[in-house]
Amino acid sequence: MTEAGTPTPARRRRQESLIPAGPVRASAHVCMAAGCLSMQADTVFDSLCERVTARGLTDVAVKRVGCLGLCAAGPLVAVPEMGRMYDHVAAGDDAALDGVVDGLAGGEGGRQTATDPFFSHQVKVVLEHCGQIDPERVEDYVAVGGYESLTKAVTTMTPAEVLGEVSRSGIRGRGGAGYPTGLKWTTVAKTDSPQGKYVVCNGDEGDPGAFMDRSVLESSPQQVLEGMAIAGYAVGANHGYVYVRAEYPLAVKRLTTAIRQAEHAGLLGPRIADTSFGFDVEIRIGAGAFVCGEETALIASIEGGRGTPRPRPPYPAASGLWGKPTLINNVETLASIPAIIGRGAEWYSAIGSGKSLGTKVFALAGSVVNTGLIEVPLGLTLREIVFDIGGGLPGGGKFKAVQTGGPSGGCMPESLLDMSVDYESLAQAGSIMGSGGMIVMDDGTCMVDVAKFFMDFCREESCGKCVPCRVGTTQMYHLLDRITRGLASRDELGELESLAGMVRDTSLCGLGQGSPNPVVSTLRYFRDEYMAHIDDHVCPAGVCKMEPREAALAAGEVAP
Amino acid sequence: MSVLTLTIEGRDVAGQTGHTILQVARENGIAIPTLCHLQGLSDVGACRLCVVEVEGQRKLFPACVTTIDEGMKVTVNSERLAAHRRRIVELLFTERNHICSVCVADRNCELQDLAVEVGLTHFDLPLLSPQAVVDATHERFGIDHNRCVLCTRCVRVCDEIEGAHTWDVMGRGTEARLITDMGIPWGDSNTCTSCGKCVQVCPTGALFEKGRSVAEARRRRPYLPYLVAHEGRTR
Repeated sequence: MTEAGTPTPARRRRQESLIPAGPVRASAHVCMAAGCLSMQADTVFDSLCERVTARGLTDVAVKRVGCLGLCAAGPLVAVPEMGRMYDHVAAGDDAALDGVVDGLAGGEGGRQTATDPFFSHQVKVVLEHCGQIDPERVEDYVAVGGYESLTKAVTTMTPAEVLGEVSRSGIRGRGGAGYPTGLKWTTVAKTDSPQGKYVVCNGDEGDPGAFMDRSVLESSPQQVLEGMAIAGYAVGANHGYVYVRAEYPLAVKRLTTAIRQAEHAGLLGPRIADTSFGFDVEIRIGAGAFVCGEETALIASIEGGRGTPRPRPPYPAASGLWGKPTLINNVETLASIPAIIGRGAEWYSAIGSGKSLGTKVFALAGSVVNTGLIEVPLGLTLREIVFDIGGGLPGGGKFKAVQTGGPSGGCMPESLLDMSVDYESLAQAGSIMGSGGMIVMDDGTCMVDVAKFFMDFCREESCGKCVPCRVGTTQMYHLLDRITRGLASRDELGELESLAGMVRDTSLCGLGQGSPNPVVSTLRYFRDEYMAHIDDHVCPAGVCKMEPREAALAAGEVAP
Repeated sequence: MSVLTLTIEGRDVAGQTGHTILQVARENGIAIPTLCHLQGLSDVGACRLCVVEVEGQRKLFPACVTTIDEGMKVTVNSERLAAHRRRIVELLFTERNHICSVCVADRNCELQDLAVEVGLTHFDLPLLSPQAVVDATHERFGIDHNRCVLCTRCVRVCDEIEGAHTWDVMGRGTEARLITDMGIPWGDSNTCTSCGKCVQVCPTGALFEKGRSVAEARRRRPYLPYLVAHEGRTR
């Protein structure tokens, strides 16, 4: 691959980064996360390597990195030394590929990341290393300061000091419910268990439109492992499990590589940093059930049982995996830990606002220009996220609502655009933070249809254990279906509301309790749309196909 | 083991640490409707009929798996709880094909009794009428999935008392179905000991003994407490 006469680059096997032997003036970071890979980013990577070599650029590197964030505009290539991002660098697109190589050689082009609001409004803690390091090389992670926090914790801090640091940082669970992480850790640490404890990383991300955990696991898996090891040290656990969905094969592959490399480098396993503390990690792959993101169902699944939740208490912190005290944290929570220990609780708690401190990763999706992965300080307004970072709606579309929290979340209308995005405000608005899916909807969206979509999801994903969730969601789905077909009466809307309250109150786990949320929140802000379907047999957004009233009457599907 | 005092329905009662609200209530003659609970089997908190209110808590608690606390104030009957329970029984009736007039368990059915107990007089919700099957491959027993309420008593009695674990559940949501072994016909099961415990604990007519008339289909349930050393084991 090297042309005669040009100096040989250090080493390069196929699919490995091209790193020159001497100083690096500029480097092309090629995104190798699932989104860009699906658009042949690996071919783009090969072409760039070939072109750089052909041009004789001996002080230029071409690196495989994780998610660069702007997923809708992939394949993406960043040149961090010049603060540039090249989008739509399609495989075989000579002009685009040459554009990147020109940039590497010193030419103009690309987006300026310093002035582009998509990049400049973000604060990266969890995603700090995403797009900077090769996710399949532990050396890359160590080079940016990886595992320093773990070493610091096990060599210079007591477990109580680590707990104190995490508590003072104010971080709350990033999986959805926002339980204070420090409190959870302290509970597990205080529970005596001579037979051991466990740390479980919940990577069973299943909300429609959410891909934060996937991107973190694909882009910086070592960071999650480091967070788990620190957690293990703090709570007194020596064994960890990462529970990942089988639908994320690339995340599983990179995580497997990361565990092997970390163990080989002595960063995981027995006697970490020459101390008596040891920690090992195993992967468990989910079988495709949304409910397994619920902690008790996840535990049942790891134990090899059917993934169904059980009533709490006892909480996993007291009796979890194999009946032992178990710390369960979301991927994002654990990925925040190395930075908190490394830079301190004060640094972390200076980000964010009120009771919601730190940053949150959102997967911005739907009717928005910059679809992708973003990380923002908590307390930013919805408007800043959707319009400044997200770039607004494509084609000048009109904003209608933004949905957060997946199937347990709610829809916020235009009037709430200036609302701060934090745990309390979202709950007050009838939604939840959730794991971080944020779906923007334009005026071509029917809110009844949206509620029906989420109810269909809950109905399908209900484990079937408790009656309210199993049958209640099915009955609510049928009622919503009748409304979207123009067959429902006002009485049936009353039935829907009454069922929603009952399913929320009596369901066994969070999936069931949260399932009426999309209905309740759309009824709260978009009741007129429901009424238009029922009274006027019209779908204002023009989405639902109304059934002819006469035919329905004749078929006995509606009351006269 | 220490004694705790609490209030249930305004009455001062006492119970032992680790006992559930349901246990203490029943000891004191306070009725709480249940379906998936059966004395002698572990509790799963699945039917949600036994949910009660605890003062100072917004959430409702299933009495069968919630242990008592000192000074706890429990409300067993309220308008909200009555409405929820009626709705749960209604949901169970609408889920599958519960037609009492042609059922082997007619007048000997806990679901029917529950409907009376919670005052369910009619259905507001439509019947889902699924196409469920009957497995009559076993030589002595049969299962009619149309009448199953997924209480999983059979699963638990088979696993915990007989020790065979022939029964389990597969599928999700309203598609969830009881299975024998890994989903083979009951008659082909080589783990089933034909002990018939599952038939005895079934609250409806889903599990039945072949060749018995409706009048003879009475369940013999009180034998269970004799089989287990103590009750109230929870998982």
